[in-house]
Amino acid sequence: MTRPTSGFGKDLVGLEPLTAQQIRVILDTAEPFKEISERRIKKVPVLRGKTIVNLFFEASTRTRVSFEFAEKRLSADTVNIGASGSSVQKGETLVDTARNLEAMRIDMVVIRHWASGAAAFLAERIPSHVINAGDGAHEHPTQGLLDILTLRDHFGDIEGLKVCIVGDVLHSRVARSNIFGLLKLGAEVAVCGPRTLIPRGIEELGVEVFTRVEDAIEWSDALNILRLQLERMKGGFVPTLREYNRVYGVTLPRLEAAPRELLILHPGPMNRGVEIDSDVADGPHSVILQQVTNGVAVRMAVLYLLAGGAPDLAESAKSEEDV
Amino acid sequence: MSDGAVLIRGGRVVDPISGVDEVLDVSLANGVIAEVGKDLDSAGAEVVDASTLVVAPAFIDLHAHLCEPGGEHRETIASGARSAAAGGFAAVCAMPTTDPVTDDPASVGFVAAAGRRAGAARVYPVSNVSVGGEGKALVEFGEVLNAGAVALSDGGRSIRSTALLRLAIEYAQTFDVPIMTHGEDADLAGAGVMHEGVVSTRLGLPGNPGVAETIGIARNVALAEMTGGRVHFQRVTTARGVDLIRQAKARGVRVTAEVTPHHLVLTHEDVEGFRTDRKVDPPLRTRADMEGLREGLADGTIDAVATDHAPRHYDEKEAAFADAPSGVVGFETAFAVLHTRLVLEGAINLVTLIERLSAGPARVLGIEGGRLSAGAPADVVLIDPNEEWTVDPATRLSKSRNTAFGGWTLRGRTVGTYVDGRCVWQRSPA
Repeated sequence: MTRPTSGFGKDLVGLEPLTAQQIRVILDTAEPFKEISERRIKKVPVLRGKTIVNLFFEASTRTRVSFEFAEKRLSADTVNIGASGSSVQKGETLVDTARNLEAMRIDMVVIRHWASGAAAFLAERIPSHVINAGDGAHEHPTQGLLDILTLRDHFGDIEGLKVCIVGDVLHSRVARSNIFGLLKLGAEVAVCGPRTLIPRGIEELGVEVFTRVEDAIEWSDALNILRLQLERMKGGFVPTLREYNRVYGVTLPRLEAAPRELLILHPGPMNRGVEIDSDVADGPHSVILQQVTNGVAVRMAVLYLLAGGAPDLAESAKSEEDV
Repeated sequence: MSDGAVLIRGGRVVDPISGVDEVLDVSLANGVIAEVGKDLDSAGAEVVDASTLVVAPAFIDLHAHLCEPGGEHRETIASGARSAAAGGFAAVCAMPTTDPVTDDPASVGFVAAAGRRAGAARVYPVSNVSVGGEGKALVEFGEVLNAGAVALSDGGRSIRSTALLRLAIEYAQTFDVPIMTHGEDADLAGAGVMHEGVVSTRLGLPGNPGVAETIGIARNVALAEMTGGRVHFQRVTTARGVDLIRQAKARGVRVTAEVTPHHLVLTHEDVEGFRTDRKVDPPLRTRADMEGLREGLADGTIDAVATDHAPRHYDEKEAAFADAPSGVVGFETAFAVLHTRLVLEGAINLVTLIERLSAGPARVLGIEGGRLSAGAPADVVLIDPNEEWTVDPATRLSKSRNTAFGGWTLRGRTVGTYVDGRCVWQRSPA
């Protein structure tokens, strides 16, 4: 495999290690790839002959399918491995799984794992490129990138933008990738939720904390609303989902009280009537489906760049349509 | 001089209890220190030239996991006792967190006998406080002490039931032994795998808050104060915990405390990059906590340095951070790490470090040792304070390599250890 020529390392394990310039390059590279998905024949030969393993230790629909489309539209050969029914379920350790994959001479691994640090762990141990598709509560860099791309599409510039992440920040890898990425690009970032779901010391990252969603709405240009995982209620972090909706739900009346119109993002999957009301999710300021569309383009950009593609050639790369 | 006598000639003799710190000879005979003085007669004795060395009471480790029975792939009592001797320890307390646990006369006797067979550092068994370490019923303190236990502890586990802990502290007064406790509110510590703070927040790892220790120590101090019994705090990690112990001692409460080398020189920031080799329990905390521990060590609030030597098989740490087990090996680096980072950088002086490694732990246990005066057990360590060396995990005597200090360049090294006047370890010339 050719070494990267685009100023990236071997892997994408998070947005925290990236520079603002590297993040901008990924976003810029995603732009020309957006168009490929609008074609009748959605395929270019950029990754022809490359083998990619999608290694998903946790269930995932959206992210896995999005990666798979990105890989297939770049003509890579892909294999999907899920945790259930695989060697993982039979007690194989992560390091053994990694060594076995490596022995099959693959080019890239897209990994989703329940443990924070799992992607970096794998990246240190195999020469293949590793892309983090979510590790525990640590990072989900491609989700952060697609959220930022969606914000940039709408606002034109990230610098000075006020973005508030609402909900279960404590357990959220999406929140962390958004915080790292947005701060690097000069946005102002806040988090909002009950203190039970806000991790300690987060202010030290340069993030404002709101405990009242009304205050967050008044402050923000955009809200990124996190899914409240139903098991958190069992963990005692919130008393009931009903009360969570009452106190923290993003509702139309709350948005109408805001001094400006807010852009509404949600990484999905949504719990309608819990963290977000349907009329907000389906409303005119929601870009939730645009996030999904952008997800494929961002992932194509990441795959292309890690495989050694030059950012300024992305436009021409996509034009080599394969027949 | 009698058979097997040894004369350690011309070293810098540091004996914190007698206050000696000068160039002297030390003679060992019949298992005890025969004499400490100038120009001692060497007739019939093996002479050891210590002119470039420090001669001190050998170290005593209040807290080690020797993994036998049940974890012999990590360490055995014999390999652990040799590793300890190489680190200058004449005695180590073996925690009862074995499999099966060490909580009755037979299991205590096994550890004691295996320690004697090892013929290296003395191995002092510590028995569980509660049967099976389950925190429900007291073990037979009298029986396990008769079998050779020196103290009682439920190892790394906090005794959740305050009522049971009260009974344990009260009952132990019959035998005048300390209850060694892990001062931690177990519910609050929860499933935390590192210190709860900005680093755990960034890494997305569940945190163990410092206040879990504050609450645990406050509870155990209150019980010691009420009962008049002896409570020892294992592995103190927070500045607030040190404060509580300092205040308790000032009131005359019979508490003692230990701290590990890793908590004295590392912080939660050193876990960055998901460093499983620095995953320890209780976790590495903040810089302010580390400074508080150093102050406590310097002013005597902390009585002892204890290694919490916890061997792990090489592949156990090859896992994601949350899945990897806690623990680091510690015998062979304890002195050198603290000499390099604390003594040479001016946080404490050499005499204090030696006191906290020898006389301090002897006082906690109420045992002989930790001094160089005539008639004391001939447990002596020779230290080269100038040797510079790099920690290579693969060349240690422990069966496990999970050091937190791999690759560190250190200054000062233990080069010889005597137990009962017998040389149990000597560094071979480089």
